[in-house]
Amino acid sequence: MSVRHALLALLSEGPKYGLQLRQEFEARTGEVWPLNVGQVYTTLRRLERDGLVESDDDGTEEGPQRGFHITPEGEAELATWLRTPPDMTSPPRDELVIKVLVALALPGVDVRDVVQVHRRYVVELMQQWTRLKEDAPEHDVGFLLVVDAELFRLDSVIRWLDAADGRLARLAADAKDAPEPAPAPSLSPRLRRRVGMRR
Amino acid sequence: MSALELRGVSKVYGDGPTEVHALRNVDLSVEAGMLVAVMGPSGSGKSTLLTIAGSLEVPTSGEVLVDGVPVANMSRNDRARLRRRSIGYVFQDFNLLAGLTSVENVALPLELDGVTAKKARVAGMHALEELGIGDRASHFPDELSGGERQRVAIARAVVGDRHLLLADEPSGALDSVNAEAVIRLVRAACQRGVAGVIVTHDAQLASWADRVVFLRDGRIVDQTMPPPGPESLLSPGATS
Ligand SMILES: Nc1ncnc2c1ncn2[C@@H]1O[C@H](COP(=O)(O)OP(=O)(O)OP(=O)(O)O)[C@@H](O)[C@H]1O
Ligand SMILES: [Mg+2]
Repeated sequence: MSVRHALLALLSEGPKYGLQLRQEFEARTGEVWPLNVGQVYTTLRRLERDGLVESDDDGTEEGPQRGFHITPEGEAELATWLRTPPDMTSPPRDELVIKVLVALALPGVDVRDVVQVHRRYVVELMQQWTRLKEDAPEHDVGFLLVVDAELFRLDSVIRWLDAADGRLARLAADAKDAPEPAPAPSLSPRLRRRVGMRR
Repeated sequence: MSALELRGVSKVYGDGPTEVHALRNVDLSVEAGMLVAVMGPSGSGKSTLLTIAGSLEVPTSGEVLVDGVPVANMSRNDRARLRRRSIGYVFQDFNLLAGLTSVENVALPLELDGVTAKKARVAGMHALEELGIGDRASHFPDELSGGERQRVAIARAVVGDRHLLLADEPSGALDSVNAEAVIRLVRAACQRGVAGVIVTHDAQLASWADRVVFLRDGRIVDQTMPPPGPESLLSPGATS
């Protein structure tokens, strides 16, 4: 999350003080992203330097009492940022994928058991998030959206684990039928790098 | 005493070379007020577990107890009454009666139970409204979308004074907003003391349950631990 753009968004509603910005940021993100005062002031100074916000007074006063407003350049920057898709082309180094791949390569490890351990852990995490969602007031949309995002992210992990499990089950069934041992799974160097595996 | 208990339940379909072990020695108990979710791949025995829990089918071995009473010891009549009065069942393919409107489908179990037609209708309407399909009350099942049909089936299962709510893929035909409305209704029933079991592929739906049980090849292979308080998610550094 870009603190810079979050502050611009808050200022686009009207002029605000530094302290107020911090409180509102935390309230809007359902207090899931704590922010320290230092971060707020550093970011505001950079925004000011870049001409995206201006301080309401002559700059003699520092600290929580200093007010800021957004400039037209700031508004334009915010509008562009909102519509610019974040970079999702290169997947993050996914530790879970790596663990399952390693389990696949190790003799004597039941990969499906490894998958189940992770599946249970992720479902337990989802239970906790869902509890939060259940108890949250309906009007707290910001918080509910944050929780939904987390639930969908974890859900996609479960789906991947389920798909992996399905493939492994089919592989095991085929191996039982076929007299030949199934060839050892291998990954091209390019793919290895893509999932972040080191040799 | 558990509202529902399965003890060493096994189910074998067919015999000889076509024999299928759908369930193998399953133990499961669900307290009143608890919601349990059953997850597992297709063919792992989820629906079989549910039909046996709902006494729609008999286990090959093992026993099922509802409110501490073994179902196998009940008379045919008692078992029929148990199914009608105490168990709300949502079938994977909904099982609505084609000749009845939505609200009539929902009200039917209440009427069969001796509630006046008028009262049953009011309760039925209320459940439909809660699921956002009050305006479809006088439609027949073949005039409803898949998701609407599913919600009618849910409404029918939660109306009245049930002890046990059994739902097979209750969100299969629903988008996430409607799936959430459905599961909130199920949770509300559990908060009134109903014991619930839902079968689902959907981890988001399952995560509403107090406990999630994982089936594989007819066996319970794992289950979630009671979750710690959600506060742990909000401690600084828990999310990055
Ligand atoms: N009436 C039946 N006769 C024979 N075999 C059956 C019968 N009902 C179910 N089975 C078999 O028992 C196994 C378990 O079926 P079940 O319907 O419980 O699976 P499930 O976990 O609900 O799957 P899905 O997620 O696809 O609904 C399957 O292999 C199925 O083919
Ligand atoms: Mg099924």
